[in-house]
Amino acid sequence: MRYLTARKRAEGKGSAHHGAEHHWSMQVSAVGLALVVPAFLFIFGRALGSSHADVLATFQSPFVVIIVGLTLFIGLNHARKGATIMIEDYTQGTTRKGLIIFVTALTYLMTATALYALAKLAL
Amino acid sequence: MANGKPVERPLSPHLTIYRPQLTSITSILTRITGNALIISAVLVVWWLLAAAVGPAYYNIANAVLTSWFGDIVMSLSVLGVWYHYLAGLRHLYFDAGHGLDVPTAEKLGWACLIGSVVLTVITLIIV
Repeated sequence: MRYLTARKRAEGKGSAHHGAEHHWSMQVSAVGLALVVPAFLFIFGRALGSSHADVLATFQSPFVVIIVGLTLFIGLNHARKGATIMIEDYTQGTTRKGLIIFVTALTYLMTATALYALAKLAL
Repeated sequence: MANGKPVERPLSPHLTIYRPQLTSITSILTRITGNALIISAVLVVWWLLAAAVGPAYYNIANAVLTSWFGDIVMSLSVLGVWYHYLAGLRHLYFDAGHGLDVPTAEKLGWACLIGSVVLTVITLIIV
C-alpha cells in the first residue's frame, strides 16, 4: 500500500506536466498586449499602403517605434507560449519536441528581424 | 486510487466526441485565431524588414500586402486580432473567477463574436 494522496499522484500528469508559471505569464502578456494592440492597429493600418518615404517619416516618431516594438516583442513571445501549449495539447514525443523547437526558432527569428528593421528605420 | 499503476491519461480537448456549444466554440476560436495570427505577424515583420531594406524591396512587400489577396488576409487578420483580443479579456475575467455561470458565459461568447465584427468594421473604416 502506498500512502500517496490523490493530488500527489495527479501532479505533473497533465499534457504539459506543469503550467502555473506559464499561465501567469500569458495573463501578464495579455494585459500588456491589450494596452498596445489598438495603437498598433492604427499605426500599421495607416502606414500599410503608403509610399516608402511616408513609412520612413512615420517611423521617425519614437511613439510609433516603441508601440510597434512592444506589440511585436510581447506579441511574438505570447504567440510562442500559446503555440507551445497547443502543440503540447495535440501531439506527443518527438513530434511535440520538433514542433516546439520550430515554433520557438520561428518566433525568436521574427522578433530579431522586427527589432533590426525598427532600429534601421528609426536611426 | 492508490494502487500504484500508471494511468493512461488522454490528450485534451476531446474534439471528436465533444458536443459543440457556444462556450466551447468561442474557446476553440480563441486558439485558432491566436495561432493563425502568427501568419499575419510573419507578413507584418516581412513588410517592416522590406521597409528597412529599401524602396525597391518595400514596393514588392507593400504591393503583396495591398493586393486583393493581401487585403483579404489583412482584413481577416484584423478580425482575428479583435476576436482574440475580446476572447482574451473574457478569459482574464473568467480566470478572476467571474462570469462562469452558463447564461453569462454564453452572453460573453456572443459579445466576443459580435464585438469582433463591429471592431473590425470600425478599424477598417478608420485606417
